[in-house]
Amino acid sequence: MFYREAGQFKTSYGRDMAVFPIAQDRIAIGLIVAIAFLAVPFMATEYFLSSIMVPTLILALAAIGLNILVGYCGQVSLGSGAFMAIGAYAAYNFAIRVPELPLLVTILLGGVVSAMVGIAFGIPSLRIKGFYLAVATLAAQFFFDWLFLRVGWFTNYTPSGSVNAPQLNVFGWIVNTPTEKYLFVLGVVCVLAVLAKNLVRGHVGRQWMAIRDMDIAAEIIGIRPMYAKLTAFAVSSFFVGVAGSLWAFVHLGSWEPLAFNIDRSFQLLFAVIIGGLGSIAGCFMGAAFMWILPIFLDIALPPLGELVGWKMDKATVSHFGFMIFGALIVFFLIVEPHGLARLWSIMKEKLRLWPFPY
Amino acid sequence: MSAPRTRTIGDTLLTVDRISLSFGGVKALTDVSFDIAKGEVRAIIGPNGAGKSSMLNCINGFYHPQQGSITYKSVKRSQMRPHEAAAQGIARTFQNIALFKGMSTLDNIMTGRNLRMKTGILAQALHFGPARAEEIEHRLAVERIIEFLEIEHIRKTPVGRLPYGLQKRVELGRALAAEPELLLLDEPMAGMNIEEKQDMCRFILDVNDEFGTTICLIEHDMGVVMDISDRVVVLDYGKKIGDGVPDEIKRNQTVIDAYLGVSH
Ligand SMILES: Nc1ncnc2c1ncn2[C@@H]1O[C@H](COP(=O)(O)OP(=O)(O)OP(=O)(O)O)[C@@H](O)[C@H]1O
Ligand SMILES: [Mg+2]
Repeated sequence: MFYREAGQFKTSYGRDMAVFPIAQDRIAIGLIVAIAFLAVPFMATEYFLSSIMVPTLILALAAIGLNILVGYCGQVSLGSGAFMAIGAYAAYNFAIRVPELPLLVTILLGGVVSAMVGIAFGIPSLRIKGFYLAVATLAAQFFFDWLFLRVGWFTNYTPSGSVNAPQLNVFGWIVNTPTEKYLFVLGVVCVLAVLAKNLVRGHVGRQWMAIRDMDIAAEIIGIRPMYAKLTAFAVSSFFVGVAGSLWAFVHLGSWEPLAFNIDRSFQLLFAVIIGGLGSIAGCFMGAAFMWILPIFLDIALPPLGELVGWKMDKATVSHFGFMIFGALIVFFLIVEPHGLARLWSIMKEKLRLWPFPY
Repeated sequence: MSAPRTRTIGDTLLTVDRISLSFGGVKALTDVSFDIAKGEVRAIIGPNGAGKSSMLNCINGFYHPQQGSITYKSVKRSQMRPHEAAAQGIARTFQNIALFKGMSTLDNIMTGRNLRMKTGILAQALHFGPARAEEIEHRLAVERIIEFLEIEHIRKTPVGRLPYGLQKRVELGRALAAEPELLLLDEPMAGMNIEEKQDMCRFILDVNDEFGTTICLIEHDMGVVMDISDRVVVLDYGKKIGDGVPDEIKRNQTVIDAYLGVSH
């Protein structure tokens, strides 16, 4: 009822271009961010912060990266896990080989290296589309799985192949406890999400969407497909790479190549589809869905089984989890291909007119 | 249709010299030559499959003719990429609308200005200083086009949801946003009702009058063509069979036999 545009006249195009043109939206998002920074760290348990909030936020960042490529520029990728790995291992190697670098720089460099590799792997997209491009990115996934597993240099020749993140020192602030880790990740993800939003609503974002919707027409109005596609690959891989280094350094602490295998790529792709192609806010919803639902099912299924007198063992629970999960994904693909973000905006649309639907 | 319009028709802007284009065995254009003068409304007419769209595609670098050359602004060229043509001031609309369906009217028209937007990716990500100023500056220009085309009410609507006539208008808006010197319109009024056609004619003439934009259009409605164009080229089976002012074309026996005789 209080969600209204009435009385809010936009007096300049600068205002109208704002990310959230409606004041209630601005207030809501401000509140969410304030709660995330000020309230959550004090109210949530350590388990909740380190096992739910931190991974969800990092996955959301990776999903934003993937969404830029898939949802905004229309280029399919099944290799986002590999680009997380590139970010992680690049940051790791900068950390051990150039220890003077501040942590934040190391993490961003992980993203930069990932962006450069992304450009290289984006070149095929200038020639091939759709299914064939998907296969090419899948090849990237397997190539980097192999590279980090087999070429010892990347893991500093650790015999087990598992490597440890350095101490997290952010300009003198030692990030150690779950609360500190959460705040650090939240800060990085918020800043990068704002940058991503600025890009997709700006000039380059329109070029990406133009290529996505009709590449021939885009070229005829002067958009260079090469520039648009390669910037999308670069920016996308940068975000995914930074997410990868955060995942490795902050969430995992120590990791092996398996942490970034094809399962991760699919997890991200589903997060993007469920959250909504071409929506930054949707990435957060999709990542939360992908990360929290399996945990929820693990907890909720056994008691439900008891109700009907069925004692489920661990394997059964996880099989059931998979089935429910798969069914939900199929449901989303069929019923609402634009994902949770779309459902959310439909709800807002209804709310804006409520209680008079006409 | 309207009071005599006062415009200056200047020197030659574009010359098409003996162009031939074929697809495998199909000859789409054979030895076609004509020119377009600065500031005029030039129509291309002819029966279906005559090669009209192919002609526009050659002019804006989308097709590459096997023979012949095109001279634009005194520079002769044989091959050119579409984005290069765009950079030189050639904009166009398509017979089958080629809008970006998932984007809003506003964003579609904004893309028309992409060649004028120069700030780098980093500045755009920060959306600060020059990037923001640039965005607002171009938004103002686009708003003027939106107002001119009377499509304020659909500013934020994804174009995929718009009816056909409005989509044609948005596509014209996107082409105008580039502030082209030469505007190529491929059947801008196809499938429209009378009022929509009148609106479209008005927009085209206004653009021609106010901005001095040279216009080359393909149109099947002879009433419209004879009303708004200064000179007409007639194509049939890929060959030019007539060229001149509307009155001459109306009296040209070859043209009447090939095209005007049958009802359209
Ligand atoms: N890309 C293409 N590949 C193969 N043949 C083509 C291609 N484009 C055009 N043609 C052929 O060239 C000829 C001329 O086509 P064009 O589209 O230029 O005609 P048109 O005058 O625009 O007709 P219409 O009034 O139906 O739009 C046709 O025989 C068409 O089949
Ligand atoms: Mg045609």
